[in-house]
Amino acid sequence: MEHILSILIFFPLLAGILGFVVDKGSARAYGISVAAVEFLLSLWLWVSFDMNNADMQFSEFIPLISQFGISYNLGIDGISLFIVLMSTMITLIGIISLDEEKIDNMKNMIVSLLFLEMTMVGVFVSLDAIMFYLFWELSLVPMLYLIGAWGGPTRVYAAVKFFLYTFAGSLIMLVGMLAIAYLYHLETSVWTFNLLDWYQLDLSVNLQYWLFLALFIGFAFKVPMFPFHTWLPHAHGQAPTIGSVILAAVLLKMGTYGFVRFSLPLFPDASVEMIPMVTVLSIIMIIYTAMVAFAQKDMKQVIAYSSVSHMGIIMIGVFAMNAEGLTGSIFQMLSHGMVSGALFLLVGMIYERRGTKLMSEFGGLATVMPVYATIFGVMLMASVGLPLTIGFVGEFLVLLGFYEVSPMATIIAGTSIIIGAIYMLSLFKNSFFGPVTNEKNRGLKDLNGRELTALLPLVAIVVWLGVYPKPVLDPIDNSVQKLLKDMEYKARTVEAKETIISIQRAKEEK
Amino acid sequence: MLEPVKISLEALNLATLMPMLIAIAGGLIILTIDLIKDNLHKSLYVMLTILIILIDLGAILGFSGNEKGFFDLMLIDGLAVVTQVIILIASVLFIPLALTSKRFHEYSYPEFFALFLFMLAGLQFMVSSNNLILIFIGLETSSLALYTLIALHNRANSFEAAVKYFTMGALAAAFFTMGSAILYGLSGSLELNQIADALQLRLGDAGILSLTIGGAGFLLAAFAFKLSLFPFHTWAPDVYEGASAPLAGFMSIVPKLVAFVVAMRIFEMFIKLNVEWVQMAILVLAVITMTLANIMALVQEDVKRMLAYSSISHAGFVMAAIAIATTKANSAVFLYYGLFMFTNIGAFTMLWVSRHKHKIHHARFDHPYEKFAGMIHIMPMAAVVMALFMLSLAGVPPFSVFWGKIYIMSSAVDVGMTWLAIVMGLNSAISAYYYLKLIVYMFLKEPTTELNTATVYYNVSKPLMTILGLTVFVTVGSIFFVDPLLEYITQMVQVSGY
Repeated sequence: MEHILSILIFFPLLAGILGFVVDKGSARAYGISVAAVEFLLSLWLWVSFDMNNADMQFSEFIPLISQFGISYNLGIDGISLFIVLMSTMITLIGIISLDEEKIDNMKNMIVSLLFLEMTMVGVFVSLDAIMFYLFWELSLVPMLYLIGAWGGPTRVYAAVKFFLYTFAGSLIMLVGMLAIAYLYHLETSVWTFNLLDWYQLDLSVNLQYWLFLALFIGFAFKVPMFPFHTWLPHAHGQAPTIGSVILAAVLLKMGTYGFVRFSLPLFPDASVEMIPMVTVLSIIMIIYTAMVAFAQKDMKQVIAYSSVSHMGIIMIGVFAMNAEGLTGSIFQMLSHGMVSGALFLLVGMIYERRGTKLMSEFGGLATVMPVYATIFGVMLMASVGLPLTIGFVGEFLVLLGFYEVSPMATIIAGTSIIIGAIYMLSLFKNSFFGPVTNEKNRGLKDLNGRELTALLPLVAIVVWLGVYPKPVLDPIDNSVQKLLKDMEYKARTVEAKETIISIQRAKEEK
Repeated sequence: MLEPVKISLEALNLATLMPMLIAIAGGLIILTIDLIKDNLHKSLYVMLTILIILIDLGAILGFSGNEKGFFDLMLIDGLAVVTQVIILIASVLFIPLALTSKRFHEYSYPEFFALFLFMLAGLQFMVSSNNLILIFIGLETSSLALYTLIALHNRANSFEAAVKYFTMGALAAAFFTMGSAILYGLSGSLELNQIADALQLRLGDAGILSLTIGGAGFLLAAFAFKLSLFPFHTWAPDVYEGASAPLAGFMSIVPKLVAFVVAMRIFEMFIKLNVEWVQMAILVLAVITMTLANIMALVQEDVKRMLAYSSISHAGFVMAAIAIATTKANSAVFLYYGLFMFTNIGAFTMLWVSRHKHKIHHARFDHPYEKFAGMIHIMPMAAVVMALFMLSLAGVPPFSVFWGKIYIMSSAVDVGMTWLAIVMGLNSAISAYYYLKLIVYMFLKEPTTELNTATVYYNVSKPLMTILGLTVFVTVGSIFFVDPLLEYITQMVQVSGY
């Protein structure tokens, strides 16, 4: 199967369209089967992926608008492989966790989830800037519907805010992309939006600077970086569980992935020059949102803010400019996806039972729901970054990598682990330990089969990759090395060349 | 004794008149049929009109560019061919909308179809000439026919719309004449290429530049009326509201595209002569138009008025391309309208499908937002189709308008006007709000009034469904049509030297 990537994109789309015909009562089963097939296909992609090859694999190229250089151009490397895998897995788990009795209009939800899956896979496998932009924008539409149709009381406001913020940001990004294409046209008199061609483009530092900023705005809204993050609490606060899960696990990763795929290799000098700015914004984001998380009374908001805080760790990892930091940050993207996805699922489950997410309503849940409490505990530890869980590996690598850039900033960022431990453990203590304070909680049922099916795979992965991350780290590391080598080769200024540490240099120094 | 005038038939090149003559003859045939036999059903006239338009289209496709005739009065260059192809396709999409399941007054008159064909002939004359007089005659012929078409809708606000449009149009015509007169005084010619040559020689002389700017200013005002650019846009929402929905959709495409082409011929002459004022003025008008119309659209309560303001904003977008004045920008004008046409006609058709004889939803408006509330629960297909049109208008890829948008933005970036591209981007983001508002009403709100299939699908019939299907197909699948379309357009624009 040479066209596996096309199949991965168009299978959910086709299934989504056909899904309109499926009967309401069978919609969830249909969704699960489609998502399972999609997940198996992506597993097959992993199996047939050549681990020793750092370049793009499974490439497909069909010119679409030849005059303007837009093509259907797909490919995957170690960086995007696992994010694709995570997207398909989270979609599958999300659909499994849906409760048919609680959600009306299940068919529409399944259809929009399948469309969403298409756009997510599309973003991560596109190697053409316009294709990337296409899926990037298209992903807003099903999410808008998910939040707007199944969300909380002010869902419409939250959904529209989510759409408009990211839409506005990405239009600036589009202007940046058009400018890059034009500059490429000036150099070679060929129009192209092919990312791999763009990598060859040698830009002056000043131009890099402006283009970096244009793309930065688009990506920063999505991550969301500190001053642009205001849409996220609303979106999380109002979104249904499944919406929050996918938003936190996959959609936010599009932003950080964009930095890795576009900003770093296209503008190495500007990226190095921007390290201080990005660091300051990320540190603010890490510490500030962690503190805000501590002040929350709503469990879901705690997790939402902690998820923003962890995105800050990913950001500094991306801008560490060395293999440890970058590999760690891509690994952290995966771990953040699994862990925050699982935490949102868990909060959703308690919300379904009790109709509230306020921490003050709970207490002593551990005695009533032991299994739930155990899984929550595992995920919480992973979120805090306890060794032997998935969260530790990424966080440790990121901090290790960033130490070479700025020890001071690393130490400040490291304190976020402590703050994280404080608010997470206080959440856990207040809700799970002690005597059962609220009589309503006494009759709560523990997790049922459906919920366990959704959660146990995540628990297994969290522990497995925490103990033995090598099978995932190696391919990521391979492609990261190549990325850094290209960056170092391309960098113009001495400063940039010195900051970007590819493995070759590291060896020479030894 | 007078010299005998010798005219060779070949120099006349009567073939250049063919397309217009077909339309006019078609109109006369329809009138004759009405004379011979009364009370024929409208479907006969609809089909006849479509056939005539198709023959016209065939005649146009026979030209490969740059044919002159009638002592160079007629000029069928690439621009003329592309424009006529687009307006004829738009007409083919428009005419079947007469076949509603309910009876509407205007379509029972065969004169409607005859007038429509006369209007087409006028528009075709307008784009196929470099001569200001012929452009003026085309403009007036088409406008007068259009005023009547609007008034035929037979409602109080249709008469208001027609009169308003007529008054404004008359004013615009006056501006056009004054502008032409000044240019004639300066250059002694009404042919644009001769005017350009003459001005080229004299532009350095004292006082000529200010006169040229004066002439250009009058012409710009005239076209600003036609294109509904700020500050001459105020008629547009009322006229759109008064006209029937399909006609409003038609007006937002065809007369505007034609006016754009003439504007391209006239103003790019000035830009090439380095009259910087013209370029600046157009840019300012374009930016204010797209921004202001967007902001006005935000507060509309009626979908049709919202679409009217959105069309103004789109016109502002395209006007910026005229100021950029490169081959790419000029091709972008056609690409934009070629794709925008399908989406916008589709959106107005959705309004037409749901149009009631009486205003049952709101005291004043036919299509308030509330009317569409909760449509997804009752008519999922209709809601999805309308949502696709809205997303396309907002510029969400891969739907049709997006490709026009990025092509114009890209041509702005090419000439170093990155600020313009950013302004366009931000305007798209603003516009997303009001398009989303309709989507929010359709998908995320509960029905407020008693919404049922009968009240929303009031007018629906097979022909309307066909047109909707076609427009949705092109809107969604546009990614595959852009390449051949762009190639054809660029080639045609290049052939004409723009």
